[in-house]
Amino acid sequence: MALVEIRDVRKSYGGVVPVLNGITLDVEEHQVVCLIGPSGCGKSTLLRCINGLETIDGGEIRLHGDRVSGPGVDQDALRRDVGIVFQSFNLFPHMSVLDNITAAPVKVLGQSKAEAKERAMELLARIRLDQKAGEFPDRLSGGQQQRVAIVRALAMDPIVLLLDEITSALDPELVSEVLDIVRDLRSEGMTMVLATHEMGFAREVSSKVCFLYGGVVHEEGPPSQIFSDPRDERTRAFLQRIIEAGRL
Amino acid sequence: MDDTSDASQPPRIRAPRPTREWKPAPPKSAKGLATAALGVVAILIAVGLLTASTVRDGLASVGFEEGWATAGLFGIVAVFLLLFVPALKGFSCASRADRTAKIDVAEARAETAAAREQSWLAIGYTAAAAIVLIFGLFLVANEVAVGRTFFDLSLIFETFHLVGKAFWVNIEIFVIAEILVLIWGLVIAVARLAPGRAGAPVRLIATAYVDLFRGLPAIIAIYLVGFGLPLTDLPILRDMTPTMFAILALTLTYGAYVSEVYRSGIESVHWSQTAAARSLGFSHTQTLRFVVVPQAVRRIIPPLLNDFISLQKDTALVSVIGTVDAFNQAKIIASNHFNLSSVTTVAVLFVLITIPQARLVDRLIERDQKRMRAGG
Ligand SMILES: Nc1ncnc2c1ncn2[C@@H]1O[C@H](COP(=O)(O)OP(=O)(O)OP(=O)(O)O)[C@@H](O)[C@H]1O
Ligand SMILES: [Mg+2]
Repeated sequence: MALVEIRDVRKSYGGVVPVLNGITLDVEEHQVVCLIGPSGCGKSTLLRCINGLETIDGGEIRLHGDRVSGPGVDQDALRRDVGIVFQSFNLFPHMSVLDNITAAPVKVLGQSKAEAKERAMELLARIRLDQKAGEFPDRLSGGQQQRVAIVRALAMDPIVLLLDEITSALDPELVSEVLDIVRDLRSEGMTMVLATHEMGFAREVSSKVCFLYGGVVHEEGPPSQIFSDPRDERTRAFLQRIIEAGRL
Repeated sequence: MDDTSDASQPPRIRAPRPTREWKPAPPKSAKGLATAALGVVAILIAVGLLTASTVRDGLASVGFEEGWATAGLFGIVAVFLLLFVPALKGFSCASRADRTAKIDVAEARAETAAAREQSWLAIGYTAAAAIVLIFGLFLVANEVAVGRTFFDLSLIFETFHLVGKAFWVNIEIFVIAEILVLIWGLVIAVARLAPGRAGAPVRLIATAYVDLFRGLPAIIAIYLVGFGLPLTDLPILRDMTPTMFAILALTLTYGAYVSEVYRSGIESVHWSQTAAARSLGFSHTQTLRFVVVPQAVRRIIPPLLNDFISLQKDTALVSVIGTVDAFNQAKIIASNHFNLSSVTTVAVLFVLITIPQARLVDRLIERDQKRMRAGG
């Protein structure tokens, strides 16, 4: 049994063509799964469905074999276990870095302030931002903000971490400091699903790459196969364009 | 790209442009403006002298001591003389600019700019002084009819303690109403944002409430509440004083306005903040409480203060249900003396408490705009 099982998931925003049209995908424990595909193919939508930020129209999603989609599911409980990091960081601008990280553990998990703070400082030290604990987010660089956002998700001790194009809003020289954290997390065995346009990185870290197109998983496989020997016509065309743009 | 001497360069299609001769343009003369500035200052002083003597006679007839009045009024006109300083400076800068225009264009430009600035300074202050003068004339026209009706100083001083004491009623009403409005408005705003299908009836009722009280003139709300509710003879309502009814009516009316202020503040917080909070496991209520409302509050303070200023002014409406507030008290005095000066006292009191708040709103808006320009 996979950790996350996505079965025939459908989702439409009311348009003519559904955004997700029967996605089926397994994420095993300790796996890093990369979602790639053209802009607008539904990568963000799929991630948002997994942690219940969007309700799905059909199919089901299971976590540890337990159905977490559909009516009657405690969405708040689900989201405690499934962390997500967004492209635009979305730190809370009215809270210091430390409060950003400790707010949810204290208010949602009921940890004591001291306990949450200790854990937060530990995590901040790991990303070498413990000096910035008292700063407000607008005083940090984009890369620093994104690292804090990752730590904020980690402070909830998620079972799975969803990363939605976490480097797309960053200047090129800040990308690596964020990707280093993901590498670290992978070596620790954190289960992650990431949507990305960083093909080089996807190739390096992922256990499995899924090419999304037309609302379905068009092709999936280990990175070595997808990137050097894509079977599907569309995958090939997509990767060709990426190579031409100099991104692989 | 460097395109001067590269051999691999594609052939030029257009002929190179001929170099154009360029001569620095001398500045336009500011002499005319400077002359005009001198002229208006001179006219102001002439009119000022005339007005001062008329106003003095007027003041004397309402019991002002003549010596003080003379000293004060001609003192003011003497202050007007200061306007000659920028006007003359402007004029001399303008003439210097004209002289140097042929020799040193940069110098002439600087002088012209200074001349314009000084002249406009003189004209601007003259305009302000002229408005004060016109107002003074209006007061003393027709044998100080206006002045006597609105500014009978002896009456103002004589009745100040009555009006001032009654003004405490207004203060009591608006302070309590403002506190209640802050709470009530938030309740309505949150009700209007109640999520899901189960929230629909709550949203509907809250919307209907806001529509009703936003459309209903405050004076009618006060009238209906103040006269209607006591007639019902229901427990609690039966024992309420007119002041309490006034507070209730104003809270109901302004609660509707303020709930809209809250709501627009809450909706101005980007949805990605809600997404981030929900994805950390915060519930709907926790998200509002810890993430959305704290961010909204900063943005709603200026519009909120504006609503408070209107609320304070609307406390004068409670006189329709017989509450003896400052306005009601002043009206009683006015009809006893056939003179409106006590109402002037109320007017001044209202304006005085509003000004600091208005400036505070300005400052807050300015601060927010600065922050916006700074990018977050
Ligand atoms: N809230 C929404 N309402 C309506 N349509 C939406 C909404 N969110 C996304 N869509 C549409 O759904 C489609 C998929 O969007 P999604 O953001 O999942 O794509 P994506 O693969 O993440 O793209 P990108 O690589 O540009 O981030 C797009 O066509 C988009 O216009
Ligand atoms: Mg996306």
